[in-house]
Amino acid sequence: MLISSEDKILVQGITGREASEMVAEALAYGSQIVAGVTPGKGGHSVHGVPVYDTVKAAVAAHQPTVSVISVPAAGVLDAALESFANGIQLCLIMSERIPRKDTACLVAAARESGCTVVGPNTLGLIRPGVAKLGTIGGRVDNVRKSFLPGKTAILSRSGGMTTEIASFLTSRGIGQSIAIGVGGDPIIGSNFTDLLRLLEGDLTTESVVIYGEPGGTAEEELADYLNANPSRLRINAFLSGRFVDDMEGVRFGHAAVMVEGGRGSVKGKAECLRAAGVHVAERFDDILEGLS
Amino acid sequence: MRLLEHQCKRLLAKHGIPFSEPLIVSTPEAAEAAFSQINGPVVMKAQVPFGGRGKAGAIRMIDSGAEAREHAADLLGKELRGFLVSAISLEPKISFEREYYAGIAWDLRLRQPVAIFNRAGGVEVESEASLAVKRAFDPRTPLTPFQGRELAEEGGLSGKELVLVGSLLSALSKAFLELDAIILEINPLVITKEGKLLCLDAHVELDDDAAFRLKDALQDLGEIPVTSGGRTPTPIEEEAARIDARDHRGVAGRVVEFPGDLALLIGGGGASLTVFDAVLRHGGKPANYCEIGGNPTAEKVAALTELLLSKPGVSQLAVIMNVVNNTRADIMAQGVIDGIRAAGKEPSEVLSVFRIPGSWEDEAVALLAANGVTALGREISLDAAAALAVKQSLSSPSC
Repeated sequence: MLISSEDKILVQGITGREASEMVAEALAYGSQIVAGVTPGKGGHSVHGVPVYDTVKAAVAAHQPTVSVISVPAAGVLDAALESFANGIQLCLIMSERIPRKDTACLVAAARESGCTVVGPNTLGLIRPGVAKLGTIGGRVDNVRKSFLPGKTAILSRSGGMTTEIASFLTSRGIGQSIAIGVGGDPIIGSNFTDLLRLLEGDLTTESVVIYGEPGGTAEEELADYLNANPSRLRINAFLSGRFVDDMEGVRFGHAAVMVEGGRGSVKGKAECLRAAGVHVAERFDDILEGLS
Repeated sequence: MRLLEHQCKRLLAKHGIPFSEPLIVSTPEAAEAAFSQINGPVVMKAQVPFGGRGKAGAIRMIDSGAEAREHAADLLGKELRGFLVSAISLEPKISFEREYYAGIAWDLRLRQPVAIFNRAGGVEVESEASLAVKRAFDPRTPLTPFQGRELAEEGGLSGKELVLVGSLLSALSKAFLELDAIILEINPLVITKEGKLLCLDAHVELDDDAAFRLKDALQDLGEIPVTSGGRTPTPIEEEAARIDARDHRGVAGRVVEFPGDLALLIGGGGASLTVFDAVLRHGGKPANYCEIGGNPTAEKVAALTELLLSKPGVSQLAVIMNVVNNTRADIMAQGVIDGIRAAGKEPSEVLSVFRIPGSWEDEAVALLAANGVTALGREISLDAAAALAVKQSLSSPSC
């Protein structure tokens, strides 16, 4: 699902410091990064990957279908529109601190062009043993130590917690079919509901671990979806930030984490997820329950 | 960025939205003088960056110069919901026929902006929430006047008011997008005795992440209040923000003070919440929340560590992160050690827990060992690491 070992990958903003480090680790893990784009730097190369001035030129030369965007916040909307206009099917946006309006505009444009967007503000996604997009897992030795191929999917609002959960599952012999940092912003391209729909059709996946936080509506929306569409999957959720429930209007951690007017509390999210048949873990260590 | 009321009014007036004009003062004497200048009944409002000011006691009706001085003296320097009042506005009391609510916000489910109109405005907007009508719109195109009129009609208006409110909703949606707003509320929006539309109060929050392109729009509004959840930040919180601003690398300035004695340097975004919950559940008393993540320099980590240890009563520090991806565990370790030494303390005495497994872990473990500290590995869960930090803090005497 989302990415296979044959998929060709483009990196927009490839000459940036973080993007360049990410490319080295992703290549070492086996991801097929075939081209990069940085306007004005066409003709250079980064870790052996050729750089182009436009997505159009990179697509013409290498036919990538996936793009990873790591450009400064002010340029993200334009970079995303450029990838949609050139037929990219999956666009993962690592950049953070993007104006909310720009994210909403690119999400609207992605719907029209049929491109799946993951992020913004994500560390990436990985199919253990297949490929990874983004800096998820960090150095390749840590990626191999933390992620193990298997049947449990991880969907997480935190990139760090994606790896923490994977590492914890791996240490107990529970492998992962895919692990996705969905992004820490209030508006993202693919939320829990969008991704769960995809997981329903992915027969290697038997169970899902969800990591949620205060603020936003992702968990409530998922509960509504599950009430209307019972899932074949075992779903465990862990929600952090209970202390935020008592601190209205203060933001902690990710941009989306804030409780306002009683909306977005962990307590409320836990109640509606439980009512929809999700197993909500009280302590982090309880996320293992019922997984094999 | 949450703006003060008079800043909201000036900003929106530039977008063709009709506002009453306030006089801004910061002393009781100036308030009295402003009262005589207006020469009639006056509405006085504390300038605070949050909505629901009536309920918070921030709005006063004034009928004499003496009252103006008295109420100004009461409001100035007062803390309202944790925000220190340093300016108040005075404006003529407007008599009106009806009051409405109009606002634009983000609908996170639809991932679109949404215009909201309620014909029950003023203080009734919450009790009469069922009368509100909404219309989502494309973030790339504001509402047209006819779409505004359709919403006004759905909200129960007709005649001239429908036309006026329709145009206003269109103008508000345009201002919302142009200003990169998070929320934009007009309450009350009134129809005056003369049949004119006038906005009496506004609440606006702009997107911090769009600050880079809002400089021109904000340039003559005066100082935008710095708030942490609407309250005035503490000196330690302010210093943390300065440390973060000095160097763009890494997320490292989000400090919120708490009344306990256990200093916490925790991250990333999600793990910091997980660890803070666990510390509380195990009976710990955090001195602060301080998130760290991304790729901070050792200097930044050291400066924050020293700052957290400078709080009176703090004797121990716990450093706990998830299995790290792009953060380097060794740079974190170096920064923490340097910060503890800069505070005049010994790492082996102050650092109760250091748990940062993941990228560059082996280098971090060796560095800490050389300084007499045993780092915890990934086999100790976030929860177990928090429990250990609490246990150590309860058994150590505070300084």
